[in-house]
Amino acid sequence: MLKRIALLGMPNTGKSTFFNRLTGASARIGNWPGVTVDLLSAKILLGAEMVEVVDLPGLYDLHGFAEDEQVVRRFLQNNPVDLLCLILNATQIDQQLPLTLQLCRLGLPAVAVLNMADEAERLGIRFDTEALAAGLGCPVCHVSAKYGQGFPETRDTLRRVLSQSPSTDLQALRADFAADDALIAEAEKLLARSVTIPPVLEYGLTERLDRIVLHPLFGIPLFLLALFLLFQAVYTLGGPLQDGMTWLLTEFRDLALAPLQAILPGWLYGLLVEGLYDGLGTVASFVPIIVLFFLGMALVEDSGYLSRIAFLMDALMAKLGLDGRGFVMLLMGFGCNVPALMGTRVMRSRGLRLLTMLIIPFSLCSARLQVFVFLTTALFSPAQAPVVLFALYVLSFLTAFATALLFKNRIGAAAEPLLIELPPYRLPTLGQVALRAWREVYHFLSRASRFIIAGVVMIWLLTHLPPSAAVGGPDTLAGLFGGWLEPLLRPIGIDQRMAVVLLFGFVAKEIVLGAMAVVYGLEGDALAQLMTQQMDWVQAFSFMLFTLLYTPCLSTVATLRGESRSLAFTGFSIAWSLALAWLVSLVFYQGARLLGF
Amino acid sequence: MTMVRLSELAMGQQGIIEDMDAEEPFRQRLQALGFRVGKEVRPIRQALFGGPLQVRVGSVNVMLRRNDAALIHVWAEC
Repeated sequence: MLKRIALLGMPNTGKSTFFNRLTGASARIGNWPGVTVDLLSAKILLGAEMVEVVDLPGLYDLHGFAEDEQVVRRFLQNNPVDLLCLILNATQIDQQLPLTLQLCRLGLPAVAVLNMADEAERLGIRFDTEALAAGLGCPVCHVSAKYGQGFPETRDTLRRVLSQSPSTDLQALRADFAADDALIAEAEKLLARSVTIPPVLEYGLTERLDRIVLHPLFGIPLFLLALFLLFQAVYTLGGPLQDGMTWLLTEFRDLALAPLQAILPGWLYGLLVEGLYDGLGTVASFVPIIVLFFLGMALVEDSGYLSRIAFLMDALMAKLGLDGRGFVMLLMGFGCNVPALMGTRVMRSRGLRLLTMLIIPFSLCSARLQVFVFLTTALFSPAQAPVVLFALYVLSFLTAFATALLFKNRIGAAAEPLLIELPPYRLPTLGQVALRAWREVYHFLSRASRFIIAGVVMIWLLTHLPPSAAVGGPDTLAGLFGGWLEPLLRPIGIDQRMAVVLLFGFVAKEIVLGAMAVVYGLEGDALAQLMTQQMDWVQAFSFMLFTLLYTPCLSTVATLRGESRSLAFTGFSIAWSLALAWLVSLVFYQGARLLGF
Repeated sequence: MTMVRLSELAMGQQGIIEDMDAEEPFRQRLQALGFRVGKEVRPIRQALFGGPLQVRVGSVNVMLRRNDAALIHVWAEC
């Protein structure tokens, strides 16, 4: 049978880096008995044997009540593990030993890996490896997961211990989860016996950076500046790449697909090329921007800056009935709302959690970003476009805040104790960032392609049926739907065709551009050209406001339902976002027209 | 040495933990991050508008709100 190694350790120990380096990029997300969340695992060759490595969530305490800690317990109770690989941050060994002892006491074969050994050495921390190994009752290895030192030895140790490991007794393990009171005292003793730590441990660089980043006055403006620069960079770097992608797609269409027109029946060519290819192509041209965006997000996430943002924003968020974590979730929502919603699991108070889940859908996710990049590029000058885009981000925050303020008393968010570690800053390596970004982009693409193919085909059918009607005209099915919605959307400056686009945007914002391409029968630059004739900037901004605020996608709705376990709350969230979207667009559109724009 | 609450220490002033009023599971989380009786703690800075404190305990930096910090009693060093 395939032997299994579980990676365990506290958050911020470089566990994921270790996992990535140990397994290469072959990791898969999988489901495990007894555990509701997805865990990364990979099969690797260790010596002559294939073994499976599972990356368990970071935990502070094996007996803790945080969601991640329960996940680890349930995993260990339900899945036989042949070896525990315990990742320790060598620079914070004093904090990490109690957990390590807890894990060693599970009675499973174990190997302790002191990560960041090089850094600890520079800080003057000296290890008596033999005393440590004797105290823990397992071999101890030194590695630098970031730079790869010590890996051959670690692999060898893992293989050696694994070859001697007996089969796991889950029953005994379950019994073992009982008592552990003397551990902390023992950890202190062992620490005194085996580790020498200089009296004052200074993280020079982190300390100096924090003095600037967490500055009482400049902290928040600096954060906003960093955010603006990030988006500016994505926009300026992504633009030319996107043009190149569009050119490639158009060339391919002209050279390879256009000749098919002579061979295929007219309707099939229309469906495949004008429907599927143009729809997918319009979305595909945004892949460079999405990649850059996720690279930036990965950099911010891995650097240790996110918990600083929670620190800076907590006071403001407290006034809204939320806490600093809620703001970080909003930021995570910039990538995709779904994981941000799942991230609220760390909150224990139900009211606090529901209120946070109510505001996350207003976070401007990457799917909406591509719609906005397309429209702002088409309708605004190159100098204006990034400012318009930034304004949309600001509006995204403002509507989220206003929503929290309006409903904080009704939902009754009780504050709960907040304790967040501020880890030392780390500059992630290029490989780490690239790997993370790749996973996100892969997720985006697989999701997008699933929705887009079905959506685009649907829209093509709706705009081409019944066959007697003029394509995209008022007599088609799409025209019919658009006609129904028109009285509602006319006051916010959205015409019948764009109404159909919005209808499909309800399924997923990834479809919106593909839908436009199919509805108007054009793609890329030609579509952008047409948009400038179809709508003025007031209409376009009104359309973007509506797109920003109404229900993000069906996945978000499903996640809201699953996480809140309340149909009423989910329904309320949808109704509120639709109402708010309509109202905000109405006020903007009518206001702008009144002012003569 | 006088006994005060962690929230009452001046920025940079060291204290030694004497007692924690926190209830489970917050108490357990505090312990997991290194807050234990006899440990040295030091508030580093406070965020604007009455925001949370940055506190160093051992080699670890954490943030916690003032009202939660008030649950921790410390011997203040002069």
